Amino acid sequence: MDDSVSLASLSPGQKGKITALDLPGAQKGRVMEMGLTAGTTIEVIKVAPMGDPVQYKVRGGHISLRKAEAALIQVQLLT
Amino acid sequence: MAEALFRRVAIAGNPNTGKSTIFNALTGLRQKVGNYPGVTVEKKTGRFFGSHGEAMELIDLPGSYSLQVRSPDEAVARDLLLGRVAGEPRPDVIITVVDASNLDRHLYIVAQMLELGIPVVVALNMVDVAEARGLTIDLLELKERLGVPVIPMVASNATGIIELKQAVSRTPLPKPERRAQFPIVFETEIAHLARLTAAPAESSRMEAMLYLSLDEQGLREANLSPTLYAAVLAGQTRLRGAGIDPISAPVDARYDWVATICSAVVHRRGEDNEGLTISDRLDMILTHKVWGWVAFVAMMSLMFFCIFTVASYPMDWIDAGVSALKNWTADQIPAGNFQSLLVDGVLSGVGGVVVFLPQILILFFFLGILEDSGYMARAAFIMDRLMSRVGLHGKSFVPMLSSFACAIPGVMATRTIENRKDRLVTILVAPLMSCSARLPVYIVMIAVMLPAAGALQRAGIMLCMYALGLIAAFVMAWVFKKTLLKSETPMLLLELPPYRAPIIRGIAQRMWERATIFLRRAGTVILALSIVLWALLTYPKPENPEATKSEALAHSIGGRMGHAIEPVIAPLGFDWKIGIGIVASFAAREVFVGTMGQIYNIEEADEENEGLREQMRAEKRPDGSPLFTPLVCLSLMVFYVLAMQCVSTVAIVRRETGGWTWPLFQIAYMTALAYLGSLIVYQGGKLLGFQ
Repeated sequence: MDDSVSLASLSPGQKGKITALDLPGAQKGRVMEMGLTAGTTIEVIKVAPMGDPVQYKVRGGHISLRKAEAALIQVQLLT
Repeated sequence: MAEALFRRVAIAGNPNTGKSTIFNALTGLRQKVGNYPGVTVEKKTGRFFGSHGEAMELIDLPGSYSLQVRSPDEAVARDLLLGRVAGEPRPDVIITVVDASNLDRHLYIVAQMLELGIPVVVALNMVDVAEARGLTIDLLELKERLGVPVIPMVASNATGIIELKQAVSRTPLPKPERRAQFPIVFETEIAHLARLTAAPAESSRMEAMLYLSLDEQGLREANLSPTLYAAVLAGQTRLRGAGIDPISAPVDARYDWVATICSAVVHRRGEDNEGLTISDRLDMILTHKVWGWVAFVAMMSLMFFCIFTVASYPMDWIDAGVSALKNWTADQIPAGNFQSLLVDGVLSGVGGVVVFLPQILILFFFLGILEDSGYMARAAFIMDRLMSRVGLHGKSFVPMLSSFACAIPGVMATRTIENRKDRLVTILVAPLMSCSARLPVYIVMIAVMLPAAGALQRAGIMLCMYALGLIAAFVMAWVFKKTLLKSETPMLLLELPPYRAPIIRGIAQRMWERATIFLRRAGTVILALSIVLWALLTYPKPENPEATKSEALAHSIGGRMGHAIEPVIAPLGFDWKIGIGIVASFAAREVFVGTMGQIYNIEEADEENEGLREQMRAEKRPDGSPLFTPLVCLSLMVFYVLAMQCVSTVAIVRRETGGWTWPLFQIAYMTALAYLGSLIVYQGGKLLGFQ
């Protein structure tokens, strides 16, 4: 777990493997149902023009999350 | 239709999978839009016939990602599938539409559907897209693994529709037997809880599963009996004790199951890396830091420009048609009260509104394209930061954008917003967006204000009016979020679906629906209002038969009402005739134009060849100065931008919020805002030396 970082700290082009979701109950369920489960690879695609939210690619689809929530998702950086 | 129904079929799936296209392809024009009993969500149903002519009902469920709902829209799909809706039995079969090019994510909802105990047919849509991306799907293996029929389809060109009909009319339809396996402890808890629920045996398992994975708040809101509530809490505690998170365990189990299936049935041709798709390339421009905004403004400008230029041709035809009809009527019927009622009341009033049909259709055409192409989600993406500043999220932007067409679909579109307070805030501000009913008022006022202006200049002023509504909506949303409906900024979780070429047939069908609604309104509400207005402006007749038309108008009930409110609206620069228009348009804004038409036609019927605009421009105040100065026109437009003048919206807000509190509050705050806005424009403008 020592090499896990928050999803919000990744820059466009970087990929990570989700290790933990520290979001509150219902939000966690919601995020997971969109495909962000532990062990899934997630890639940062781009940041919205005004700096937030961020577009991610996960399970072949594109999902957008704000940095505030992404900060609560832990990933293991993939190189 | 008294014929016996062979089967009731529900069609479900994630948003953006072509669900409506399949619905339309199956039912054609045999559709009807109604409401679910008790709730306000629109229920779209249709008829279709099986391979041997069996009549079946097709129920279009709102697109949803899960049965574990977070929005009123998804609640409808869940309640219907679980048989929770009184008087609506569970469907006999569920068509689940999935995007073949992204099975990794789309099979998730299939996994849930298979847990319901209802026969499922999977419509594997967009196999052409999957093929183009180099994906091969082993259909036999997929059928085998899911244990239900799988129909490959390309709904946009009706490929697979016949096979789909065959699949749902087959007898018997076996119940699904395969599904994702949850941890054994979880299954035990489900079985235990299922016995305690009041639900019928077939749906009790799913009910129990859904209760178990609710969080504290969701559980409180579920209105369970004290016994059941305690049992769910105890079950959750036991699960946590066994090291199982009740929220993530079922999701993990389903996705694991989906992943196993996908690795067995989806084969990639060629190199693993698919490279940049067309969709990715489009995104490089459309959500780019600079080009994204340029594209957004360009699209909006093009839309408004078309509303002005392209629409003017059919509008001229309608105008000419109405004039011809008026002349013909006047020739057929001897002059008198009845002729006046038909020509000045009915034809002027209704004709003045119907003429805007082309512009409304163009607006719906553009919004339809933006929606179907997937651009709306991008607009929400680039706008989210702005929306989060006022405490909302990007999803609130879509209802607001729809409100540019009409606040009614806008208010209905708020159903995708999870949080109740955010939904209310969005409903409260949505009617501030300039809807198409305001368009007639803007068009006439701009023409009166700047007779010599070109199309570009007019579009510019129009854009300013739209911007004013948008800014007012933002400011008011911020105010409401800080005061009345205080709550935290909600989480954003937005899918950015791949761009797709919009299907013109689907858009045309919706335009047709809107046109029908608009014309029905013109034929009922506006027709009735036109007649009432005509009567108000005609009676009582002055005792002196030599009275001028202007004196007769002042003598009428309408004239007296206008005079009565004149002191109140005089600070805004309005006289009593404009007052009549404002009073009249409290039911529907577009009536203003018709009313002005009636007022001035009645007054100067001798110059009936002159258009309304010229007549308004020629209008003088008692002191001889022109009434409709540019400043008065602007003040009047600002009033119409901000005021709530639409009975239909009031009715839909009452339905959606479940009471009179919010619609009455909305009328009050918007009227105050409109008065204040006009006052500032007129008095401020005068101080600055404008006329």
